[in-house]
Amino acid sequence: MDVKLINPFIDATMNVLETMASIKVRPGKPYLKKDQVAKGEVSGVIGLTGEVSGTLSVSFSETSILSLVSNMFGEEMKEIDEEIKDAVGEITNIISGHARKKLEESGRSLKAAIPTVITGKNHTITHITPYPVMAVEFSTDNGGFTIEVCFEE
Amino acid sequence: MDPGMKILVVDDFSAMRRILKKVLGQIGFTNIIEADDGTTALDVLKDNKVDLIVSDWTMPKMSGLDLLKTVRSNESTKDTPFLMVTASSQKDDVFEAIQAGVSNYIVKPFTADTVKEKLARIFKE
Repeated sequence: MDVKLINPFIDATMNVLETMASIKVRPGKPYLKKDQVAKGEVSGVIGLTGEVSGTLSVSFSETSILSLVSNMFGEEMKEIDEEIKDAVGEITNIISGHARKKLEESGRSLKAAIPTVITGKNHTITHITPYPVMAVEFSTDNGGFTIEVCFEE
Repeated sequence: MDPGMKILVVDDFSAMRRILKKVLGQIGFTNIIEADDGTTALDVLKDNKVDLIVSDWTMPKMSGLDLLKTVRSNESTKDTPFLMVTASSQKDDVFEAIQAGVSNYIVKPFTADTVKEKLARIFKE
């Protein structure tokens, strides 16, 4: 996998969350994921298809997603409920759309599938692939979250 | 733009309907009804005359594009302003929506200012 492929996803994540939630998110350095432990308590996963197949997942800590969605709704959210899960699915969808637009500009056209949302403390996301999985941890003033991107090429 | 105008918000994600209602409220619109996909939206339109439709593109059962085509082919709704909201701004999609008669489109993520600007263009203010 070309490591540069993760850059549109980093840009998309920052743009989407800062625009929708007015919260500053700070990306860490991208790294190759070696274990299978998700970094959060609620995750959105979306498949990408086209010239290459891939997956994007976004895993939020409880504090980070409650803070982000509270800002998006303009109302304080106190627990990971159906609306939070719904929001995680939509955030994943929008990040994917934004990144796909950037990838299209560099000549790669991809389509996205329907997002899936997984909840639970220390849940595991396993990308069933022999290809490397790139990950980036983001920090906010209210906890962190992680994106993972994998392309089969 | 009449702040009392009736707006139909169509999105399968309740979170996005909530965000759209918040944003439209910030602009001054509070007369908002909702539908969670294109099929439900058509049912709502049978009983309600609306001044604007704000619809997501990707939805189960009936997409925003198919909703737009149906709205444009129906005598009672063919002139209703239609703002498409999409997570993608890929060229083929935009072209298809314009051909189908979309009034304007907006790419997620968006701010209240962006929505306000698009509505001003639709209503020529």
